Amino acid sequence: MKFNFAFLFLLILNVAFAQDDLLSELESQASDINTEVVGMFKGTRLINGHTVKTKGRGELDMIISHRFGTISSGPYELFGLDNASMRIGFDYGITDKLNVGIGRSSNDKIYDGFIKYNLLSQETGNGGNPFSMTLLAGITEKTTPRLRDFPEFTFVNRIGYSGSIMIARKFGDMFSLQMNPIWVHKNRVTAPETNNAFGVGTGFRVKLTRSLTLNGEYYARLNQRNMDGVYDAISLGFDIETGGHVFQLHLTNSAGMIDRVFLTETYGNWLKGDIYFGFNISRTFQLIK
Amino acid sequence: MKTRISIILLILGVATVVHAQKYKIVKSEIVFFSEAPIEDITAINHDAIGIFNSDNNEIAIIVPVAKFEFDKELMKEHFNEKYMESEKFPRISFSGKVKGYNKKNQNKTDAVAEGKMSIHGVTKDIVTNGTIQADKNKLIFTSTFKIKLADYQIKIPQLMWQNIAEEIEITVYLELSPQ
Repeated sequence: MKFNFAFLFLLILNVAFAQDDLLSELESQASDINTEVVGMFKGTRLINGHTVKTKGRGELDMIISHRFGTISSGPYELFGLDNASMRIGFDYGITDKLNVGIGRSSNDKIYDGFIKYNLLSQETGNGGNPFSMTLLAGITEKTTPRLRDFPEFTFVNRIGYSGSIMIARKFGDMFSLQMNPIWVHKNRVTAPETNNAFGVGTGFRVKLTRSLTLNGEYYARLNQRNMDGVYDAISLGFDIETGGHVFQLHLTNSAGMIDRVFLTETYGNWLKGDIYFGFNISRTFQLIK
Repeated sequence: MKTRISIILLILGVATVVHAQKYKIVKSEIVFFSEAPIEDITAINHDAIGIFNSDNNEIAIIVPVAKFEFDKELMKEHFNEKYMESEKFPRISFSGKVKGYNKKNQNKTDAVAEGKMSIHGVTKDIVTNGTIQADKNKLIFTSTFKIKLADYQIKIPQLMWQNIAEEIEITVYLELSPQ
């Protein structure tokens, strides 16, 4: 009789374990499934610079960016709110990996265009890509002063190029880090500025809630550090996401919203309060399903 | 007496191991459907893995959340980041028993799956109706059921404009072959 109980007990135990076994048998297989890491960055821009993120196929992202005047301009200018420069731009996903974009900044009336290609996406699971990598190539045309007023500053003189290799990784579910060597070339510059500028961007993003993140960005110049009155671009901000919109609010010492300007023409000094309050509003439209 | 029972136990134990006929998922389609005033949302997942033991009718299924594919990339992002929090809870799992399966019956029959479903880190006992069909060496399981987001503590962010239904319809189609 005693043994019957023991037998019954073992049988029940056996059944109970069998179910768990079946699931745990699957668990090891499940960890081999590679899935792309989601939500590394909310937007295609961190603050001024690009992120590794590309828009999906058929998505058109309209980005309206504003930078008010410097906070140090004082109460008469309402701490910069009286002045604003802006950029309006469109990013489009030709494929999930390949994006093209155009934009125009009111600051120096610069037109810009770029191609962006997401080479690698970080994946979870054993043997997945450990990081994401995106390549960026851009071209700019500065249209001020007017060509007809200053014909010696020719169309070709006004062109600039830029390139960047962005590498990013999301650590856990809250923290993303990006580093990107960047190069900007301007066809004509005034001494002591040189045609080629090199820098390294470092950006981070901390997820605070499901819809709110804290972002920071620092672009260190590698050459041309002897230029008076030019600083490294340092920015800090928040992303707020509401469905198809991303609102980015930030403080930055650069008036420029494209690499040509924020890498080589950042004139604000954080220590002196030359800080611009600004925002980017991004709205995604799905053109092709 | 003692030895005899031990031997019986041993034989039984060995027999279970040897004769367990296990099937595994070779093809799957799990469809998520949300019907909401602003827009209907559909997502499809083909990456489920699972095992069915035809001896004791036990089944276990794991569905990788991030493998649901949507029409729009942005929806996928919101689904993973805001609703399912798939980094914290990367898998949906089900483990339980299928009632109504009979090895000898080759026709499509009604069946009931009963067990524990784990979504978004919350595990619940569920009972769902479906069908089983044996096709040569294959088994085909289908089922359609509804789940309430609130039951699994999936919160809808207040700022979200594209509303999602509070109740989601899940359609499951699984094809299994002997392991």
